[in-house]
Amino acid sequence: MSDDTTADAPADTHGDDHGHVAVDITTLDAELIEGPSDATADIAEYALWLGDDSLILAQQLGAWISRAPELEEDVALGNVALDLIGHARSLLHYAGTASNKTEDDLAYWRTEPEFRSLHIVEQPNGDFAHTIARQFIVSHYLFELYSRLRASADATLAAIAAKAVKEVDYHRDHSNQWVLRLAHGTDESRRRMITALSDLWPYVEEIFRDDPLIDRLEGVAVRPSSLRPAFDAAIAPVLAEAELEIPRGFVASGGGRTGNHSEHLAFLLAEMQVLTRAHPGASW
Amino acid sequence: MTTPGDSAAELWPLWEVFVRSNRGLSHVHVGSLHAPDETLAVRNARDLYTRRSEGVSVWVVPAVAITTSDPDAKGAFFESPAGKNYRHASYYSKSEGVKHL
Amino acid sequence: MTSTITPATSAISVEEQQFNDLIEADSRIEPRDWMPEGYRKSLVRQISQHAHSEIIGMQPESNWITRAPSLKRKAILMAKVQDEAGHGLYLYSAAQTLGATRDDMTDALIAGKARYSSIFNYPTPSWADMGSIGWLVDGAAICNQVPLCRASYGPYGRAMVRICKEESFHQRQGFEILLELMAGNEEQRQMAQDSVNRWYWPALMMFGPPDDDSPNSAQSMAWKIKRHSNDELRQRFVNMLVPQAAVLGVTLPDPDLHFNEETQQWDLGEIDWTEFHEVLAGRGPNNAQRLQRRRDAHEDGQWVREAAAAYARKQSALTTTLEMAAS
Repeated sequence: MSDDTTADAPADTHGDDHGHVAVDITTLDAELIEGPSDATADIAEYALWLGDDSLILAQQLGAWISRAPELEEDVALGNVALDLIGHARSLLHYAGTASNKTEDDLAYWRTEPEFRSLHIVEQPNGDFAHTIARQFIVSHYLFELYSRLRASADATLAAIAAKAVKEVDYHRDHSNQWVLRLAHGTDESRRRMITALSDLWPYVEEIFRDDPLIDRLEGVAVRPSSLRPAFDAAIAPVLAEAELEIPRGFVASGGGRTGNHSEHLAFLLAEMQVLTRAHPGASW
Repeated sequence: MTTPGDSAAELWPLWEVFVRSNRGLSHVHVGSLHAPDETLAVRNARDLYTRRSEGVSVWVVPAVAITTSDPDAKGAFFESPAGKNYRHASYYSKSEGVKHL
Repeated sequence: MTSTITPATSAISVEEQQFNDLIEADSRIEPRDWMPEGYRKSLVRQISQHAHSEIIGMQPESNWITRAPSLKRKAILMAKVQDEAGHGLYLYSAAQTLGATRDDMTDALIAGKARYSSIFNYPTPSWADMGSIGWLVDGAAICNQVPLCRASYGPYGRAMVRICKEESFHQRQGFEILLELMAGNEEQRQMAQDSVNRWYWPALMMFGPPDDDSPNSAQSMAWKIKRHSNDELRQRFVNMLVPQAAVLGVTLPDPDLHFNEETQQWDLGEIDWTEFHEVLAGRGPNNAQRLQRRRDAHEDGQWVREAAAAYARKQSALTTTLEMAAS
């Protein structure tokens, strides 16, 4: 979907040196990353895992826009959400090639048990500290994941990862910055940051759990358990500088990859899918 | 005299933003924003002023750190170059028609 | 267009003469130039109202981000609402060059003391409203804003150039939403027409009261902050809308709308200004909700802004200590 597009802004009828408005000729980049061949059933399932994580997280971050702590942060969170929805679209599009479905068929017409998202991305936005804690964990994980997925034997996954890794690198930096500021800001912000981290930490273990699917995708998928050491090493210096300790306590049983979800997902999907489902077959 | 706009009363200070749109070009002033410190200022500048690939490099400067010429003395301050036409190539008309000059 | 500066009764100062000359020459006024207090006030009022409108204007659309009916539409809508935050920021920074701080402007907004475009006090009950807002509301805004790119105050004009460039996508995406709905099933077409019915008149009111009832217009035009009258711009807008509505296949809800052969313009029916004044007076459908939401976001974010400011203070104190230790 790449074509050259020339767009003109409405020009004022009066010629003038000042304030002439014209939109530059832009070569639009491809919106979706598409590969040379269709996905196999197993690869499609794996693409759903990753695509659903990005989609659910983007859906949550989208709800921040117009509610962020400062306008500059509305823009920043918006950029993160837009990157993630881009990843989700490419991944779901690819997953759909195995079953002749579109990205929207998969996003809007699957039921809750058919989703493959991790519990951590399903956790609600909470206060800004919760959102930052969730971003901190997920962006560091995604960075390690996409760094390795660039070398996937599957050309489409490798191409998607190559673009995504640069974007999540920025997401991880954004969350690092905020973890430091909240942890060392005021007493209140430190208290909230500690609470948020301990609320989110139970969902970390599930991220790195291997599923039988992974055994069938040697060289194509990245083994989740293999990412744990790099993840731990990446977050350690940030937590040390923030003087935050890794919370001990609960470990949530998870189950997102097999369709067993947190209580939050049903509400999220109900909202996301409501309009589309009211008009089966409609195009938008 | 500092740049207009900064106020010590604000919780997050004002930063002026300069963007280099391409290699080989200068950084150009594009506007300002608020940020608590320089680390977030440069990130906010990236998020706000380069959403459509407008830049390859960004500068942020605390608004309070900019010194400007005094606008009231504008006439006098910039008067000197006027009348010194010999600084411009077009002043030298006798060499017209001679090649490579 | 004549633009005479009202001559002062007594001799005017050198600065004022310089200011008048710059305006007369269609040059630009820059932040540290001398300017009449009225000019400064008028600009702060207009630019901050404009900024507030962008910020409040995020709400009716962010209402649909989580429910957008396709992933592409979701991405577009997010980008659009995010742009509006950006536009608010460009404008606040232009106002700030006149000595108004963002904190003060924000406080005025959430205290209900500042105005913003009353169009954003209307609700968005249907997805088609995302189309109507883009096509009609952004369309009207662009008509208003393109001439503002030439506003006599430099930072305002420059902010508007950037905004207008970015807004051109906003109107097109709205038009496309409606086009898609009108090509859809009966329910979708109904959704589109119903939405156009609700937004058409409020969009026309965005140009402000008729010229003979517009208190600030004349002075703003003399100062070249404003370049065209309200009625002139409204007429220009309707002339553009009529053929566009035909492409969409929607009806514009004005039974008196007709082409005037003599003027070669579309004459419109009577605008119900009582409604406009009602909404302006705070009796619109969503005034309280919009302000409350802005206030909530601001108040909920207070601890975050304070945390970041405290962190910055600690870091700079730390740097100072390290520098002192090193010297």
